[in-house]
Amino acid sequence: MANGTIAANLKTFYEEGTTKSNKGIWSWLLSTDHKRIGLMYLGAIAIFFSVAAILGVLMRLELIAPGETIMEAQTYNSIFTLHGVIMIFLFIIPGLPAVFGNFFLPLQIGAMDVAFPRLNLLSFWIYIVGAILVLVSLILPGGPIDTGWTFYIPYSVRSGTNISLAIFAAFVLGFSSILTGLNFVTTIHRMRAPGMGWFKMPLFVWATYATAWIQIIATPVIGITILLVILERMFGVGIFDPALGGDPILFQHLFWIYSHPAVYIMILPAMGVVSEIIPTFARRTIFGYRAIAMSSLAIAFVGYLVWAHHMFTSGMSDTARIIFSLLTFIVALPSGVKVFNWVATMYKGSIDPKPPFLWVMSFIVLFSIGGLTGLVLGALATDIHLHDTYFVVAHFHYVMFGGTGTIFFAALYYWFPKMFGRMYNIKVANWGVGLFFVAFNLLYFPKFIMGYLGMPRRYYDYLQEFSSWHLISTVGSWVMLIALILVIGNIVYSIFKGEKCSSNPWGGVTLEWHTQSPPPLLNFQEIPTVKHEPYDFSQLEEMKNES
Amino acid sequence: MDNQEHKNEHEHHITPYSTYVYVWLGLIALTSITVTIAGISLGDYTLAVALLIAAVKSYLVINIFMHIKYEELIFKVFLILSGLTLLVIFALTFFDFTYR
Repeated sequence: MANGTIAANLKTFYEEGTTKSNKGIWSWLLSTDHKRIGLMYLGAIAIFFSVAAILGVLMRLELIAPGETIMEAQTYNSIFTLHGVIMIFLFIIPGLPAVFGNFFLPLQIGAMDVAFPRLNLLSFWIYIVGAILVLVSLILPGGPIDTGWTFYIPYSVRSGTNISLAIFAAFVLGFSSILTGLNFVTTIHRMRAPGMGWFKMPLFVWATYATAWIQIIATPVIGITILLVILERMFGVGIFDPALGGDPILFQHLFWIYSHPAVYIMILPAMGVVSEIIPTFARRTIFGYRAIAMSSLAIAFVGYLVWAHHMFTSGMSDTARIIFSLLTFIVALPSGVKVFNWVATMYKGSIDPKPPFLWVMSFIVLFSIGGLTGLVLGALATDIHLHDTYFVVAHFHYVMFGGTGTIFFAALYYWFPKMFGRMYNIKVANWGVGLFFVAFNLLYFPKFIMGYLGMPRRYYDYLQEFSSWHLISTVGSWVMLIALILVIGNIVYSIFKGEKCSSNPWGGVTLEWHTQSPPPLLNFQEIPTVKHEPYDFSQLEEMKNES
Repeated sequence: MDNQEHKNEHEHHITPYSTYVYVWLGLIALTSITVTIAGISLGDYTLAVALLIAAVKSYLVINIFMHIKYEELIFKVFLILSGLTLLVIFALTFFDFTYR
């Protein structure tokens, strides 16, 4: 793709920072370097993910048998709410864009940094302030919130727990998201290396671009909605609360106008990562480059028009239900375009099944199950039966955890050598993926069956007939815990003790593989000039001469 | 050449204070119309009229106060795109409220 970009011995970004001192905690906390900010996000997000995962395991433990086992009902309500709030607002929405978007977007387009490095640092700190507010809401008198992560009216107006503070935290976190989106859109428009036209951008950049637009346009809606709920709680304004003449369904509309596009904030960057990993390990250019790039934009656009499929049983008008059901089916098309193009890319490729590729394979299986069961829920008649059952829980865990979560690990395992200049233990990594896949299905597939049989979601107790499925699912949660310890432990160990590796261990050809590992402060010795298509593997020979 | 002139105009454009004052007075006038109309029953048109006035006000603020009128085309495209998205979201929401 580019010539003369490898620098033999430039100082890495770990050795040279943007602050006066290159070492110590402040050189990280005040750094405007996109790579350091990305790593700080990674650290914070890893902590929140671990906490929320442990809450999930505790929930499963409570559900191992009918009746009370390890906690009271009110504690259970708070724990499932926190599991959702932390996973969604602190892990999966910022996850891929904030960590890998920050670190790799400038590298992939051949830029020295994002367009607004200080704004980037500000979004990180806004994120941290939001997270702290969530934590404070847990310990203040009143107790942790118990509404579920959707904060539905009228309960969220009437519950005595610390709702106002917790949702204000979500409001603050929204600003972090908007600023990151703004930064990325500007970066992609203004900072591409010479020769990198729109259709020479790597597909992760396309996906991040589409995501950034959703972050900018959709997030303000949740911001306003949250402020209205706080007003309602404090002054009893009567916008949503039916007792005061408000309309509770209006809240659901406003909430999902943001939160459904937010689903695409979560999944689109993941799809971008998949489009990076498959060509690298199939040694073959991506099939249908333009189709994949455009389908990202199509998903981002159509994603705005389907929100009310979360509300089929809310008492919405029939006309709206039919229209939203139809629109929901349309969003399956661009998603299908992607899956077929990925599979076609592998056809007759020279596949090298390294851990990142294995993560992607498990993604394709899990995401397809999640996506197809989404159609079952998008159809009006079946949704009436399955709404608010474990079927929905299984569906979104397959899409979110099996989709975005899996790809978070794929991205980590793919870009790890570039980020840290070291390699993890491949054998342990392979075992990690395998165990994760088994554990995942053990944990979540029984939920499809339970949901179909009528087990409602969010319930603290259940009938005897569901107990064996709950038991299997709980055992799955233990295996999942072991898999996660293996997967994350391998990474943490290798950051410090991993073997040093070359700058391009996988044989990737996008721009980030044209610079040293870890990259220098300004990413490249000189700004590269792009001459090749993004996934043109004929340049691998040229790249050997670069180093 | 044309482009060059346009750029210079863009860089040096200064809106006279009087324009800001007129726009401000216009916004106040529109607000008072909104308040007045809230007291008159227009039936089905109440909401449409309120939204129309709000749209005119946003147009003034975005173009004059936020200087979009004098900015590059790309910013206008982005704004129109966001505006259209909002419009579609409104329309879809009304499929619920109108037929409920």
